[in-house]
Amino acid sequence: MNFIASKQPENRLLGPESDTQRTLYPYVTGTSVVALKYKDGILMAADMGGSYGSTLRYKSVERMKPIGKHSLLGASGEISDFQEILRYLDELILYDNMWDDGNSLGPKEVHNYLTRVMYNRRNKFNPLWNSLVLGGVKNGQTYLGMVNMIGVNFEDNHVATGFGNHLARPILRQEWHENLSFEDGVKLLEKCMRVLLYRDRSAVNKLQIAKITEEGVTISQPYSLKTYWEFSAFENPAQGAIGSW
Amino acid sequence: MSSIGTGYDLSVTTFSPDGRVFQIEYAAKAVDNSGTVIGIKCKDGIVMGVEKLITSKMMLPGSNRRIHSVHRHSGMAVAGLAADGRQIVARAKSEATNYESVYGEAIPIKELAQRVASYVHLCTLYWWLRPFGCGVILGGYDRDGPQLYMVEPSGISYRYFGAAIGKGKQAAKTEIEKLKLSELTCREGVIEVAKIIYKVHDEAKDKAFELEMSWVCDESKQQHQKVPDDLLEEAKVAARAALEEMDAD
Repeated sequence: MNFIASKQPENRLLGPESDTQRTLYPYVTGTSVVALKYKDGILMAADMGGSYGSTLRYKSVERMKPIGKHSLLGASGEISDFQEILRYLDELILYDNMWDDGNSLGPKEVHNYLTRVMYNRRNKFNPLWNSLVLGGVKNGQTYLGMVNMIGVNFEDNHVATGFGNHLARPILRQEWHENLSFEDGVKLLEKCMRVLLYRDRSAVNKLQIAKITEEGVTISQPYSLKTYWEFSAFENPAQGAIGSW
Repeated sequence: MSSIGTGYDLSVTTFSPDGRVFQIEYAAKAVDNSGTVIGIKCKDGIVMGVEKLITSKMMLPGSNRRIHSVHRHSGMAVAGLAADGRQIVARAKSEATNYESVYGEAIPIKELAQRVASYVHLCTLYWWLRPFGCGVILGGYDRDGPQLYMVEPSGISYRYFGAAIGKGKQAAKTEIEKLKLSELTCREGVIEVAKIIYKVHDEAKDKAFELEMSWVCDESKQQHQKVPDDLLEEAKVAARAALEEMDAD
């Protein structure tokens, strides 16, 4: 057993801690999540793939979930850690509801809570291996934030995780503007997801788009994007290759 | 009904010669001194109501909640020593969340009542702990429909169609028995509970009181919540009208 990450397995003073392992690498992962603010709230998109290393093993993983009345959480990274985060948040929302005082936790509060959880786990060298996107609307205020496994958090008008940072955000920086309509927002998100589908090897062509407004959360049914492969270079891929004639 | 213990009532670990544990009975007296708490099981849910006696005009209405949600589907109304009640509610909440994290479903009300009763009973077994000075009416809605339980300071818990504890419990029980609970909906039940509480409130001894009500029913989507303000107002109006009608006779 050479992979145990605990520091001194023989140290008696550590007690039960020496029998546990800390998270070293993720096993089943989700790829990018992309989200943007639009006129009425937040639009978020994520595909439904759960990769087991390089195998696209699970194809119906819901990586976006509503949290309470006002927030929507999207996650990339280790799926089991995402499920654990959902349990923490479920308890948080339950206790908030039990006050029954007309108040409820908004997206800013949930984002702050998640940041604390992620950062504290990182400090114990036992991270929850996720990059989380938290968006929502409360009392007319739209909020969109991100927090990742090392505890880095920020809010912005558009966010993405993983490959989305490299491929989607440049598109969003060019084309995002205030007060996007719902249709324009969806078109923009689909443009980003299409690029990711072409270029990210762990993307699957089955995605959901979620929207959150003052009225509540709607997560679409899964659907696929149309892709174009009729490039001439694909029709005869070996033409002009070295060694061919 | 005062029976002097004379020496057998000093500790909860002492039986009297006639087989009673006086400390537990004294704890029950603490419950009898508090405002009335009623719970009824209607055909589509549970309604609970509390007569919150106002001790000072400075108190903000809506403060000092006596009915607490224990989980999404259940709630508890407390009578007796308020601080003891808080302990029981906290314990019930913890039991409910623990059950859900282990078994993946909301705790069945029967199980919750058993756990709360065990906890209350626990405090009657040791000389270095005193019994809880509060009784609790627990109402909830699970797979087997709406259920109502009552837990007393002795740790006894029974399932009821209608239950009352506190000052006006005798009068309240008589009133509840007059109702046809199997035909009442929760909407109607709210009005009836309000009427009963207004009726058993003793104007002479206690001046003002605030009515607090909650329900778990099909209308509230099987979630425990405060009765909506408009319905509560309607109930108060109906209750006051019923009182005046009675006084007019």
